[in-house]
Amino acid sequence: MSWGLRDVRVRRGQHVALDAVTVSVDPSRITVVVGGDGAGKSTCFQVLVGLLQPDAGTVDRPAKERIGYVPATAGLYADLTVAENLDFIADAYRLPASERRRKAGEIIERTGLAGARHRLGGKLSGGMQRKLAVGLALLHSPELLVLDEPTTGVDPVSRAELWRLISGAAAGGTAVAVTTTYVNEAARGSSVILLEAGHVLASGSPEEILRGVPGTVGTARAAGRPSPLSWRRGASWRVWAPAGRLPDGVQPVQPDFDDAVVVAALASEPGR
Amino acid sequence: MDVLAEARGASRRFGAVTAVSAADLVVRRGEVVGLLGANGAGKTTLIRLLLGLMRPSAGAVLLFGAPPSISARRLVGYVPQTLGLFAGLTVAENWAFTSAAFRNPGARVPEAIAAWKNQLVGGLPLGAQRQVAFAVALSHRPEFLILDEPTSGVGPLGRARLWDGIRHAAGEAAGVLVTTHNMEEAEQCDRLVVMAEGRVVATGTADEITAGRTVAEVRCGDANRAFALLDAGGVPVQLHGSDLRIGAAAATVAELLSRAGIEAAVEIVPATLEEAFVEIVSAQALGNMAGDTA
Repeated sequence: MSWGLRDVRVRRGQHVALDAVTVSVDPSRITVVVGGDGAGKSTCFQVLVGLLQPDAGTVDRPAKERIGYVPATAGLYADLTVAENLDFIADAYRLPASERRRKAGEIIERTGLAGARHRLGGKLSGGMQRKLAVGLALLHSPELLVLDEPTTGVDPVSRAELWRLISGAAAGGTAVAVTTTYVNEAARGSSVILLEAGHVLASGSPEEILRGVPGTVGTARAAGRPSPLSWRRGASWRVWAPAGRLPDGVQPVQPDFDDAVVVAALASEPGR
Repeated sequence: MDVLAEARGASRRFGAVTAVSAADLVVRRGEVVGLLGANGAGKTTLIRLLLGLMRPSAGAVLLFGAPPSISARRLVGYVPQTLGLFAGLTVAENWAFTSAAFRNPGARVPEAIAAWKNQLVGGLPLGAQRQVAFAVALSHRPEFLILDEPTSGVGPLGRARLWDGIRHAAGEAAGVLVTTHNMEEAEQCDRLVVMAEGRVVATGTADEITAGRTVAEVRCGDANRAFALLDAGGVPVQLHGSDLRIGAAAATVAELLSRAGIEAAVEIVPATLEEAFVEIVSAQALGNMAGDTA
């Protein structure tokens, strides 16, 4: 069974928070939703887990107790210790004693929190808090794991550990949906949705998105902006030619994810 | 003067803890330098040393060629990750407050943020808030700018606009130090300084830091099964869509997989900056552990 949103629309007063958004989340697969601030990532996941009713469209999700969800800003109890957090969640899901011991032990080991069992959740570093939150969401072996920005603000070493944890869940059969503001994390998914201002800019496998970049992307080292459709990349410029013809002196490059995201945003600007 | 800020073998101890250990760092006029490191690597302490907010326990720190002083700090602009704006004041009021603090009254709100002049900062989208914080930090024409994750969380076009501004500031003869966990930001910098456990463990351009570092890219029919197998075997494996990327020796990986009957094509490919960073920082941590037990 595959989960997700189809043609979902969410309105907040006059503002359309999500417009015709389709996100599919399949067992044993990771779906990554990439977008900046205000893209609609959290709204999208609130609809997916059932915290928010859409104004239009359909949602498929497993029963509530088969979902594991980590919101963008919490996911653990700051005034409980690591061990107490695990106990509390295990109680809430009425896990049998043997399963609780096995799963909690596995999660403690996988998150590298063995030395922090008796520390308060709120006193852990940012990276450890996010690892614990993801671990807690996995405790009851959910069918659908929904993680809102699990890696934001986390350093790259902890980020790699978090992704191993997330990938392990998918490898074990869980359907996983993850949002991120880090464009390069798109490559982690087998399916990627680029979201901007409530609209899907592009979706597909990472390869499909890269292949689908319209026109030509080029690079130039120039003092000034080589064309109106250009942006900085380090000390040089990236240039997008929608019709394929780059200005003189601009060398074509194979677009990467960063290019794909900027081009998709430029292409969706009004009047284009 | 070419060098704006410099640490020469700077150390800072807090009791038994050495937060920064014999660190070297130079920021020159016109360049954007990225300062990378995991949490607790010593980045914040090093910046506090550069600003003169604390003194080094050993080594030297120079700001505009002299030990940091209050008057030198007038030429420094700083944008913390939390932006340092008053959310309950408008953009124009924030601008006026900072201008007054730097005794620069009457300075006009710049074009780039004028559209939001009368809006409360707290009500603006994050991209706009970051743009305002950046413009406000530039209001007193600093020569040395310190930016903490300046474009994180901002959508693609907002991010492009912000980098335009940062590059423009560097072009106008400022030096910029960017601290970040975000490898997309790191790749925007001219030069990188990587810290781990208080030490500077790598310096150079992104290309220099990744040069010669490789990972094994594994393609196989069942990436999930291969991932589970290698993960259980303690191999530092990462799943990327339908491929695996592994920082360990390719031969070992191929053998482990073939023993489990998984057919896989293993190719050695260049490491990304993020992969190189994780490898450098992990090697440092392992080295320190070995040193501790010796």
